[in-house]
Amino acid sequence: MAFEKFGIVSFTATTKAEQFVEFLQNNELRGTVCMRCGAKFFPPRSDCDVCLSQDMEWFPIEGEGTLLTYTKAMFAPAGFEKDVPYVMGVAQFKDGIKVFGRLDKALGDDVIKAGMKVKIRPVSLENDRVSYELTAA
Amino acid sequence: MRKVAVIGVGQSTFVRAYPGSIRELAFEAYRDAMQGAGLKAEQIDASVVCSAPEYDKQRTPAGLMAEYLGLNPQPTFYVESVCSSSSSGLRTAYALVASGLHDVVLVLGFQKMSEISSAESQERMGRGADIQWEAPFGTMMPAYYAMYARGHMDKYGTREEDLALIRVKSSTYGQINDRAVFRKALTLDKIMEPKYIATPLKMFDCCANADGSSCVIVASEEKAKDLCQKPVWIKGLGMATAPINMAGRDSFSGLKCAQLAGERAYGMAGIKPSDVDVAEVHDCFTIAELMAYEDLRFAEPGQGPELIRNKETYKEGKIPVNVDGGLLSKGHPIGATGGSQIRTIFLQLRGEAGPMQVPDAKIGLVHNIGGVGIYGNVSIFGVD
Repeated sequence: MAFEKFGIVSFTATTKAEQFVEFLQNNELRGTVCMRCGAKFFPPRSDCDVCLSQDMEWFPIEGEGTLLTYTKAMFAPAGFEKDVPYVMGVAQFKDGIKVFGRLDKALGDDVIKAGMKVKIRPVSLENDRVSYELTAA
Repeated sequence: MRKVAVIGVGQSTFVRAYPGSIRELAFEAYRDAMQGAGLKAEQIDASVVCSAPEYDKQRTPAGLMAEYLGLNPQPTFYVESVCSSSSSGLRTAYALVASGLHDVVLVLGFQKMSEISSAESQERMGRGADIQWEAPFGTMMPAYYAMYARGHMDKYGTREEDLALIRVKSSTYGQINDRAVFRKALTLDKIMEPKYIATPLKMFDCCANADGSSCVIVASEEKAKDLCQKPVWIKGLGMATAPINMAGRDSFSGLKCAQLAGERAYGMAGIKPSDVDVAEVHDCFTIAELMAYEDLRFAEPGQGPELIRNKETYKEGKIPVNVDGGLLSKGHPIGATGGSQIRTIFLQLRGEAGPMQVPDAKIGLVHNIGGVGIYGNVSIFGVD
């Protein structure tokens, strides 16, 4: 049941990858790596679609990434209205790992651009919920 | 495999809020197609019903529609690929007929989006992407496509005004399409007003939700020649899929599923992009039409803006695109959209498109995308 603590509104209660939330609570964003063939995944997978192994381990996503694209949402779907406006984007990290998420609200419009260097920051939300965001590196 | 033709098409008028239930909405397109083709229910061997779930309360809608349309006791199938459901339905119907299992199959697409609020609709569409890893951030369709718009702009120098020009074209034709929901004239200045939904996409870069239904009837060669004066042949069908989550995408300036679906459809039809006389592309957002120009190889990557700046996708241009107003003007009733696009091409190839007619159109193409490039369907049609 731990996984429903992930994000502002969760739509998934149960997953074999629920340890993801525990890592976030310990200030780490982690993906999974297949112990048999070495394939790395983010978002985390519990099952390797390359070699069909279910023997997975967690690895941390660290260091500097590059923002590939982004958008500032001026309207929100039901359940997210109070957050408007908010910026979402995709960044690429080491080994080609891509991460989708929100950007730090404190970043000004003038600094957010494709190509900017970013890093991951785990964040605590209301009611013991956890998430992560991208902020300037 | 046997040759397959489209022998009838139908569409309801697309409206903001249809004053009836989903079965009554579906009946509008069914009636239009059956009367137009001069067919009776007993001549339909099977039906394929297409919609996206959760806009209405009905579960297993194929069973309901088969009963209400008078198509019991023939087989029926439910096919879903969100916004491209009825093109996936066409592919299913094609397989059923080409294989010899059935001779005449009806594809019915419907969506009554007005049963829920716009914010609820955005939430459902957001859940048409990855609910485990992305929806918890507050995703929605305009934001997803906006990231592609930003990607195209950063890579190729595309401007917001280029996207606005696509909406100008859409409104030009929406005004003359009596089944479109949005029929007002729009100026470039009006479209460029900074009413952002998800930057860089503004209000008029986005299509409207609508209620609507569509119907396409396909038949084997033998039946088509027997039942129809001017059959429109299905020449090529291409479908492809791509990762549902953004982390799995390798580009933010084009849709891989569309590129691959296009390649497959051209290959099956044995034609080149320059052979296409008229096209319907999935312009749920202006950027989606721009990417379609390039994904379908009407333009080289990055050259899409040139096509619209030079008005090459207008009726008089090199490759007329969405000369019925597209989704931007017609509205986008998810499950009905593909069938509506097929209807337009059917009318064009038979010379029955009225004021929207492209002179002497012989080969037509439909590009219909589900989700943010999860499902790509490209279908090519032709007349002898």
